[in-house]
Amino acid sequence: MLAVIGTVPCPGVPVTEGPAEVSPQGMAVGGLQVAPDRGTPALLGAAAAACATLCLPAPFAFLVGDEGLGHGSRELYRHLTAVLPGRRFSTLAFHYLMPDVMWHDKVLFAVEAMPERPRLIADAGFMYAAKMSGQAASYDLFTPDAGELAFLADETAPHPFYTRGFILHEENRVPDLIARAYQGENAATTLLVKGGTDVIADATGVLFTVDGPCEEAMEAMGGTGDTVTGMAAALMESGRSAPIAARIAARANRLAGRLARPNPGSRIAEIIDRIPQALHQALAEEAP
Amino acid sequence: MILGFLDRFRKKDPGPASASKADRGLLLFENTSEVIRAEKTLREAGFAVRVVGPPPEVRTGCDLAVEFPLIEGLHIRRRLEAANVPPLDTIPVTGPLLTPVDIFQVKDFGTHLMVRAANMKLTVEKATGVIVNVSGGGCPDVPYLAARLIGHRLDAAPSPREIGHTLCGYALGLAFEEMKTRCSPS
Repeated sequence: MLAVIGTVPCPGVPVTEGPAEVSPQGMAVGGLQVAPDRGTPALLGAAAAACATLCLPAPFAFLVGDEGLGHGSRELYRHLTAVLPGRRFSTLAFHYLMPDVMWHDKVLFAVEAMPERPRLIADAGFMYAAKMSGQAASYDLFTPDAGELAFLADETAPHPFYTRGFILHEENRVPDLIARAYQGENAATTLLVKGGTDVIADATGVLFTVDGPCEEAMEAMGGTGDTVTGMAAALMESGRSAPIAARIAARANRLAGRLARPNPGSRIAEIIDRIPQALHQALAEEAP
Repeated sequence: MILGFLDRFRKKDPGPASASKADRGLLLFENTSEVIRAEKTLREAGFAVRVVGPPPEVRTGCDLAVEFPLIEGLHIRRRLEAANVPPLDTIPVTGPLLTPVDIFQVKDFGTHLMVRAANMKLTVEKATGVIVNVSGGGCPDVPYLAARLIGHRLDAAPSPREIGHTLCGYALGLAFEEMKTRCSPS
């Protein structure tokens, strides 16, 4: 089963876990209503839509409220270190969490103590922590955007906010930044770099690119990167390799955008609604 | 299985036993008295801080500094300003000479304008000045800030630097200020 781990922007929400239950009334986890409007709820909503399309069980979620003070994230880290060694998940997707190297390493130890080692995906704050900890190679997939790729490529940067200018200026040279990230051992086994052209790469270089269809407005929308990661997680859970899952997810996200016809003020829920149709089409294109 | 995992840790030495300091920063102050007051203020607020010596390449401030969780810099700086002990500077432990990103990228969608600072993007509807989207970032205050900003006019929205807590919040604050500058009547 796929598990999604992250925060919701509501302080006071305790650690909550359970399968994502989607109904006409919305999405709920352990009795907590979760609007898939941005951040981890958007990733979870996309993963739930993709799992349903792929005839997989609904994703499981570990959520906590955190408005940025880190208290919720640390509560969730503490919970994960306690419960993960006794749980069975085949894919774990870590997302919006306070980047904290010490807790990252504790969670990774707990993952290693699980009965079966799951595939590991990291995005957002947990990806920052994974890079800072020097353990990026433990992950199967990172899903940075172009700015975050520059951060991965800058071996000295502790956060994208401190990425050195000469590297940021190379943002259009994605293959060079990918190579630099791997040279510094700051990349997962597979990278899905989200951008105007989505680039899927590993330590050997660029494997695939996906550049169509293109809806420019999606760059401005919060959550469009989260939906790609959510779909990639579901596709990896279906047994596909990380590079293939990333390619299908990137394509399906673009197709969902084309179907939704967004403007820069559109909400991510409009894209999530289109995922089943878009994913069916992307999968059909993959068929031999 | 555990041994295999430990081998991975050995591949890349994360540094001394206190674990990697990659997520730590240093607060620099004018004098030792301020260092002591800042440490006390932050400890009382529950932050994991300690007094250390700054690296030799740092030429600002006194011979002591306060090590702090770098990502939470925005919240910590606000606490110190409220306690009247603002730092002279904040720097990452791993790269004392690193400076925050100061590059803004602007994209004009016709009806909407998007400003990006570091890893954060803010989009405004030009006709109304209303913030319509916030994207990027990875710290947990980003979704919180998005919920607080979206739907508000730029001149009525709270500043992310006032209500954010992390470096992502700080970066969004920079994008917010840049957007205000660009949208203000010249």
